[in-house]
Amino acid sequence: MLIDATDEALLAAIADGLPLVSRPYRAIGETIALDEAEVIRRLGSMVETGVIKRFGVIVRHHELGFRTNAMVVWDIDDTAVASTGPAVAATPCVTLCYQRPRRLPDWPYNLFAMIHGRDRASVLEKVAEINSTHDLDGRPNDVLFSLRRFKQRGARYGQSLPALARGAA
Amino acid sequence: MDNLDRAIINEFQGGFPISPRPYAEAAARLGISEGDFIDRVRSLLEAGVLSRFGPMFHAEKLGGGLTLAAMAVPEADFEAVTETVNAFPEVAHNYAREHELSMWFVLATKTPERVAEVIAEIEAATGLHVYDMPKLEEFFVGLRFDA
Repeated sequence: MLIDATDEALLAAIADGLPLVSRPYRAIGETIALDEAEVIRRLGSMVETGVIKRFGVIVRHHELGFRTNAMVVWDIDDTAVASTGPAVAATPCVTLCYQRPRRLPDWPYNLFAMIHGRDRASVLEKVAEINSTHDLDGRPNDVLFSLRRFKQRGARYGQSLPALARGAA
Repeated sequence: MDNLDRAIINEFQGGFPISPRPYAEAAARLGISEGDFIDRVRSLLEAGVLSRFGPMFHAEKLGGGLTLAAMAVPEADFEAVTETVNAFPEVAHNYAREHELSMWFVLATKTPERVAEVIAEIEAATGLHVYDMPKLEEFFVGLRFDA
């Protein structure tokens, strides 16, 4: 654990977002009896250690007009993932990119990328582009378009950790 | 959405200032006033373009467990299984996808050990196998998503 109880209280206080007032860190501090400078110091340090992955706008791709998302998966040699992974991740339109374990025989894929697009055709175009750019044309791959989103929940830090991980897996 | 809205989204997907007057500082970068910046963010939140304005956390560094899970759900049972799975508070989001493995959800738990427990509970409740696919490696994607 990289954080202490005060950090936890601070995270809970800002989990739903920063107040839209001129001095938001002071406002946050007032709710948990911390002064503004201490709030700033603690948040800065949590950004530095990566407890806060990023700090700013969190967009809804769908509402931005990127109505289609696909989880695109490849079966890559384990020795090649370390070089292919970062290259795929750097492609604009890839919003998440992970190496995950295969689950043989049902699931042979070990590289996962989330791709958002305005429609299916544009997602497939991106996949083709990634395949040709990174020499993946011969590799087994699959594109799993999303059909429906059932749950994208905003639980709170105080209730459970899951909320904090929204979109993080 | 106009160009200023897009500029805010493109500029501040990360790196929002952590300083006494962050909105004023952010606004200055875009050449607008603090009040205008705040109004814009409020409108984008109200319109649902932004889900939040603030921090995105790293679950494992907070001491929790996180994984991506999948199940092959027969079509006829899909609604019922969805209801069962979503009733678990650890299920953070859940998508139906076009594949034999038709249901994909993120599990986020208070402790790493709890992941396996929840998976066993979901298997017991649904009678279906849950494929556990935790991340082995995360590859950095640019912070920027162009609006």
